[in-house]
Amino acid sequence: MSKQINVALIGNPNTGKTSVFNALTGLNQKVGNYPGITVEKKEGICKLERGVKAHIIDLPGTYSLNASSLDENVVIELLLNKNDKDFPDVAVVVSDVENLKRNLLLFTQIKDLEIPTILAINMADRMSYKGITLDIPHLEKQLNTKIALVSTRKNTGIDELKELITNYRELSTTPCMNAFEIDKEYFDNLASVFPNQLLYKLWLVITQDVNFGKVDRNEIEGVASFKIKSKADLKRLQQKETIKRYQFINDTLKKGQVIDLSTAKDLRIRLDRILTHKIWGYVIFFLILLTIFQAIYDWSSVPMDFIDSTFASLSEWTKNALPAGTFTNLLSEGIIPGLGGIVIFIPQIAFLFLFISVLEESGYMSRVVFLMDRGMRRFGLSGKSVVPLISGTACAIPAIMATRNIESWKERLITILVTPFTTCSARLPVYLIIISLVIPDGRFLGLGYQAMTLMLLYLIGFGAALGSAMILNKILKYKSKTFFVVEMPNYKLPLLKNVVLTVIEKTKAFVFGAGKIILAISIILWFLASYGPGDGFNNAEEIVKKEYADQNLSDEELHEHVASQKLEHSFLGITGHAIEPAIRPLGYDWKIGIALVSSFAAREVFVGTLATIYSVGSDDEETIKNRMAGEVNPILGGPLFNFASGISLLLFYAFAMQCMSTLAIVQRETNSWKWPIWQLVIMSAFAYIVALIAFQLLK
Amino acid sequence: MQVTVAHLKKGQRGIITDVSSIYIPLKLLEMGCLPGNYVELVQVAYFSDPMYLNINGTHLAIRKETALHILIEIL
Repeated sequence: MSKQINVALIGNPNTGKTSVFNALTGLNQKVGNYPGITVEKKEGICKLERGVKAHIIDLPGTYSLNASSLDENVVIELLLNKNDKDFPDVAVVVSDVENLKRNLLLFTQIKDLEIPTILAINMADRMSYKGITLDIPHLEKQLNTKIALVSTRKNTGIDELKELITNYRELSTTPCMNAFEIDKEYFDNLASVFPNQLLYKLWLVITQDVNFGKVDRNEIEGVASFKIKSKADLKRLQQKETIKRYQFINDTLKKGQVIDLSTAKDLRIRLDRILTHKIWGYVIFFLILLTIFQAIYDWSSVPMDFIDSTFASLSEWTKNALPAGTFTNLLSEGIIPGLGGIVIFIPQIAFLFLFISVLEESGYMSRVVFLMDRGMRRFGLSGKSVVPLISGTACAIPAIMATRNIESWKERLITILVTPFTTCSARLPVYLIIISLVIPDGRFLGLGYQAMTLMLLYLIGFGAALGSAMILNKILKYKSKTFFVVEMPNYKLPLLKNVVLTVIEKTKAFVFGAGKIILAISIILWFLASYGPGDGFNNAEEIVKKEYADQNLSDEELHEHVASQKLEHSFLGITGHAIEPAIRPLGYDWKIGIALVSSFAAREVFVGTLATIYSVGSDDEETIKNRMAGEVNPILGGPLFNFASGISLLLFYAFAMQCMSTLAIVQRETNSWKWPIWQLVIMSAFAYIVALIAFQLLK
Repeated sequence: MQVTVAHLKKGQRGIITDVSSIYIPLKLLEMGCLPGNYVELVQVAYFSDPMYLNINGTHLAIRKETALHILIEIL
């Protein structure tokens, strides 16, 4: 038998559904997107007995089939569409033994779709700890299903679950209750108009506005004999339905579940007394953040330096080992540094997601959301926006990927759009060199002016993010209702397997998603910098030799001057000259212009580009700094990098959208070019105006 | 005056009496916020917003604007 069994894992959030998925599939999984939307699609293969394989989909967590977010819609759309290639042969409803009552609501709904359904009760190892006993045969009978008691932590029950999946044909497809007694007349009428359709499916189509097969909502509304109810009526009916389902569940559990509260111990209460405290909660959160950032900087610096030097020597080696020519240059100056530019971000991204996934797995993240919601709401954001905004100080790319758990599309979109304002680590080298050039080295009340400037720039970044969020909140008209309901799950020790898999998966998504674009841009930049039209570029060597004929230059110096001459007359250099009129009011010359243009690929290119332009052979900051300090403004005279132009540059870098990789991620996450283009235009225009004002006022 | 979840003090318990307001998301009912169930205020943030509740064993946080529509009887 070669046919795979299609299995859908369905369950409430925080039930350990993903742990069950990981236990079933191991590393045999891949993560993609559902076509057309950015909801993650996780699927994997599980080997069963006798060579049978199961194709397993880990559906987004949902509390019921009444969808309130894009993620939840995915669940309904799959379950309603029999023609979908992933339509499940069997549904596994994963539930948490401590919240069985609530988890069973979704179960009764799935049963109503008449899909063979298994109930997997997870975290079974906590039963005795919580004083819970279950009468499994009674529950199986009442719920018309087979139950697997699973513990992913203790690794028990997975084989039983696999066996139930193998024998899915023996499962009953009869619903376990009749929810339609709530309004007999209405549902009888509905059934008589569409005799060939499942009643519950029709009901979902009416209430959810989703399509399935041939029947859609308009068609139901189009039937004259059938009177559709008003929105308020429908909602009342949905409330009744929910109450009805809970009645059934309560009756079932009355006999099937005994909870002895006297033996139950609760760690939650004691921890929450401190972790969600009005004062201590914030103090602890702040300390955790400090620790995380310190760790990200400290732990990543070694691997990042290693990656940097490895790629540099690889580049050097390629240049020497291969015969000289265009291809070798492209490889050693374009492609290899380009790849290095991708790989160098891996340590930071991996560490950031390590911490985020630990915080999420442990249940602490919900507490942060609770603590921060009030403050963030003032800016049109949600408590759930805190994580991305903070991650943004490392790098906007993982930060934008971390917005995925914000249910409200509007709040999520605003978070995505404002996150690039936070001061990411790529701005740091630019800030450091300019600050050291233009800000005096003095101290005020023991605080250095330079350090204060740097701190101010971080604050400006957060301020810009919050301020623009407030404006976007006013402008964007999205009707997604933002009901804020956050479950506060129990505290759990994170499962190593889950954490590791998350880190691998997110890092992979970055390398293959954004990586392609970084690589492409660096190749393009290389071409623009390596070729030029006309004499100035092609006869660079002769021109330089003539110009410096009277000076006795060493070979090395001559080589540097040639490189500088070539760059000035390359396509990139010409671009720099072309935009000079536009940037002169900001206090910049064409050389800074080139650095700005190449910075649009990635900000950290700034220092490197200036280094090349000022024909400084090495990346040594001190040397570049001296050269920069010696530059003279061609029009105004005096040093090019003075207080006015320095502040103007700092502000420009603080606000401008100069990161192709971020734009690429925004495009991927919003599934549209509209938002990244807006981001690019508005942020850069704002940066230009602010820098202009700053320079004109200060010069 | 109607008594709602927003009137609970920290540590206080009530019994839910009515959730028919259209301002209560269905999701909340599905999580167990139904007439007859108990609700306890576990913790509040600044200005009592959001509110961290224990509803019939399910722990969750909602904003005050929603809490104002859940009618209860304080125990």
